[in-house]
Amino acid sequence: MKWLRPLLFPVGLFVILVLTLVVFRLPVLDSLKLLVTGAAGDKFGWSRTAVKSTPLLLTGLGMVVAWRGGMYNIGGEGQFIVGGLFGAIVAKFLVFGSLHVPPFITIPLILIACVLGGAAWAWLAGWLYVRRGVEVVISTILLNFIAIQVLGYACSGPLQEMKKQVPLTDLLPDNAMLPKLSRQMDLHLGVVIAWVVAILVFFYLFRTRSGYRLRLVGENSNMARANRIQVDRTRLLAMCLSGSLCGLAGGIEYLGMAGQLGSGFSQQWGFLGIPVALLGGLHPLLCLGSAGIFGALFAGSEDLARFTQAGTTLVYVIQAMAVLGYVGIKAQLDRRPVVEPS
Amino acid sequence: MEFISLLQYSAPVALAAIGEVLVQKSGVINIGLEGSMLVASFFGMLACYSTHNPWLGLGAAIIAALVMTLIYAFFVLYLAADQVVVGTATNLLALGVTGSLFRSTFGNSSQLLSVPRIPAIHGIDPIMIVMILSVPVVWFALRRTGWGLAVRACGEYPKASDASGFSVNRLRLQSLLLGGLFAGLAGAYLSLVIAGSFAENMTAGRGFMAIAMVTFGRWKPVYVFLAALLIGYAVSLQFKFQTYGWNVPYQLMIALPYIVALLVLVLVGKGASSPGALAQPYRKDK
Repeated sequence: MKWLRPLLFPVGLFVILVLTLVVFRLPVLDSLKLLVTGAAGDKFGWSRTAVKSTPLLLTGLGMVVAWRGGMYNIGGEGQFIVGGLFGAIVAKFLVFGSLHVPPFITIPLILIACVLGGAAWAWLAGWLYVRRGVEVVISTILLNFIAIQVLGYACSGPLQEMKKQVPLTDLLPDNAMLPKLSRQMDLHLGVVIAWVVAILVFFYLFRTRSGYRLRLVGENSNMARANRIQVDRTRLLAMCLSGSLCGLAGGIEYLGMAGQLGSGFSQQWGFLGIPVALLGGLHPLLCLGSAGIFGALFAGSEDLARFTQAGTTLVYVIQAMAVLGYVGIKAQLDRRPVVEPS
Repeated sequence: MEFISLLQYSAPVALAAIGEVLVQKSGVINIGLEGSMLVASFFGMLACYSTHNPWLGLGAAIIAALVMTLIYAFFVLYLAADQVVVGTATNLLALGVTGSLFRSTFGNSSQLLSVPRIPAIHGIDPIMIVMILSVPVVWFALRRTGWGLAVRACGEYPKASDASGFSVNRLRLQSLLLGGLFAGLAGAYLSLVIAGSFAENMTAGRGFMAIAMVTFGRWKPVYVFLAALLIGYAVSLQFKFQTYGWNVPYQLMIALPYIVALLVLVLVGKGASSPGALAQPYRKDK
């Protein structure tokens, strides 16, 4: 039976997908066909899938790092937004300022600003936990809502576009954005950056001392403390790294896709990183797979608009059911430990 | 009149928080509270829209919240799964189900959706009265009844509760369902009393604010209720700050309740008064 295990995830996901379509009374075969062609029908479909899965992958990696360190960061959304905001502030000075800075300098600087922004927002929650004992689950969620309002304020106030007509920041010129493979496709350099980051996170968590300490603190903080690991500092580090990854996701969305910030900048990407991380078994490389699958669902679901207005919200249902199914199966397996024949 | 409107602004958070006191006293954090409130708001509105009867809407809201709570309870009690993971998933499920049904039923059109509201006399509606009465009732149930003692034992030291012949998970299920009932009232209050309408993700973090207020109110119904009034006051400022002549961006005023919730948590900090076995699943030893 053991060889069936790897099949469980895709088969289970497919069953959930079909069930969701049936429950919402959509024509199953036609919808599936639309989903597949929308996500992988041609090179445009593949590019859509890759682009949609990039923020999912990065925020998912962020969740992996935090949760492995025992910090239930569910504030990816806020860190994503604040990352984007920091990037937009830097862009305001470097790209739209009187200085004529070439793109090969502005792009890395903007991305670094995004990383710092996300890290700062996550650090706040980590600090509140370490110093004041405020539960990370609660503080990160509250910080999400605060970040959304700060974004709304910035886009209609200090960062608003120069004509002051719509609540958006200035649209970046094409040469200040991440380079694209071709003009017709959305596929941009950020996709590759995300893949590289996934490998880096894997090496960090499983091949470095710092990553080992982080996992140990998450597994058993008392044991870590007994081994003279500075638990609080490690927890703060986990939060900051997690926030950096979510901020980077915001930066890549800003420089790769959006080009400007508005109140709809984050389509719940930060929040959706949680299912990606959980279904990736909190493993950076498996997250490549789960982010790819959910990215494909998002890419494909745009075409579902032909049958229903629901679209992307259906993907939330599928993700939630997938997590519940995964949790349920895992709990059952934990309950009856499999005795391996010796 | 001023006080009644304050009660109205506070009611969604206050109701959810009073229910959450019971839940947390039994040793469970209902992270899925937000989702329960959201489905209650939506299905309350939907039932009211199709029957034109706000009372049927209220009933549907409560049933929806109870179903959502049962799903949560199945995972965290029967399967002893992690409460944060399950709560996050059920919140996402609620967001997806309500969003999908809302969009497919009413479309993406921006026409104003309006349903009949629960009637109120001089601004006082029946749910508000239930809310005020529930504060002493919950206190009495927890502090002065045998059931309340058993529930608190489950939250403090479930092994002892189990050893004295109580079923830990049954008591926790009972508290969760009562909490779900309150979440249903809270969600219905948003869509059927305050707005008379529905919007996607209407609860906007109120469930989490309620959880924060339970911590701030030190798990005591009266304090928790007063803490929720503070949030209600912060919410009410959104609608009044311009008449006070404050020259601040309105986004700041919308963010204010969240900032207040965060600040009070910082203020109370680490406390020893939380139930001892909070958020720890309990499983009988074999």
